[in-house]
Amino acid sequence: MSGDADMRAYSATLPAPVFAQLAFVTPVPLPEATVAIVTSAALHRAGEDGFGQADTGYKMIPRAARDLVLGHWSPNFDRAGFTADLNVVYPIDRLEELAAQRKIGAVAERHVSFAGNQPDDVATIRHDTGPAAAAELRSDGVDVVLLTPV
Amino acid sequence: MCVLAHVFEAAGIATVALASMLPVAEKVAPPRALHGEFPLGRPLGRPGDPEFQHDVLARAFALLDRTDGPVLESHPEVIEETTDAVSCRIPAAYDADASPAVEESRGIRNAYDRIRERRGVTSVGRVIDADGVPAALEVLEEIAAGAGYKEVDLPGKNTIAVTHDIRTYYEEAAVELAEGPPADGRAVEAWFFERTEAGRTVLAAREAMREQGAPFPFWFYMAPGHR
Repeated sequence: MSGDADMRAYSATLPAPVFAQLAFVTPVPLPEATVAIVTSAALHRAGEDGFGQADTGYKMIPRAARDLVLGHWSPNFDRAGFTADLNVVYPIDRLEELAAQRKIGAVAERHVSFAGNQPDDVATIRHDTGPAAAAELRSDGVDVVLLTPV
Repeated sequence: MCVLAHVFEAAGIATVALASMLPVAEKVAPPRALHGEFPLGRPLGRPGDPEFQHDVLARAFALLDRTDGPVLESHPEVIEETTDAVSCRIPAAYDADASPAVEESRGIRNAYDRIRERRGVTSVGRVIDADGVPAALEVLEEIAAGAGYKEVDLPGKNTIAVTHDIRTYYEEAAVELAEGPPADGRAVEAWFFERTEAGRTVLAAREAMREQGAPFPFWFYMAPGHR
């Protein structure tokens, strides 16, 4: 079995939290919306402390930052794509282009990075660090979040 | 990622998730998700292809127009990973006293330095920097040759971190050395583990640690699970 097929088959066996109620926000029209990226690639700035193994915290990434390290601990995904073009994981330049074309209202001043390899119960990101990061984005006036996984 | 979509939405922010694991997206059912059957680690599909990345974003953002959810759609294009190693010539270092892996690691140093300069950043540095790669390979060679994994002087005492730094040093250099457009998903991984002395050294040390009875995570996560 190939690496990706192996991982996708494995993902089907993992426990998944159940959300009894579906929150569903109707956003302002996209040409008026401030958009942020939230990634689980454990990106962090060079020179900044990285993520630990099973780290449940998050880091804010300034809009202008491009000196980003891929801090994810898993060996089970391609990293060369990110090395060649960070937008394949973190499409910040694409968002800037969409804003220049007025297809989105604005690029958020700060974006968010989590580590994808979370403890199975995902309790901390669900009840603590996730809501904290969301509150930070709300305070920045963010209307829409694009989530990008690794 | 799909869990965070629920969390951010509950906080009043509309979300759209790019999902790379369809079974997870189906089970967690975030408010809006665009599944992409792309190589893992490439949620926007293709590096160096802004047009394709914009296509992914346009399809994802279009889900914001939906008035009820959960919404889960798939991008129509499937991009499969490759199992073929990228073509990548390793410059010789000509050090007769060094092991093949150590000599090889010195041979790619210039390429590593060039891409680091060009990108302005490197993901090497969890426990060693580029200068520490040859010595770290020597430690893995000791383990592969039978030395106890607890007895050797492994940087950071963390096999996962050390092998991450060695592999990333090689893979960043490979992106510089490979000609043409960015390599397919896992082509660079295949090159490291199948074509380089360092990759073979990592796998040999990993096998030796398994045979020594090292705890599962210590050796297993030194390489992708399918290897």
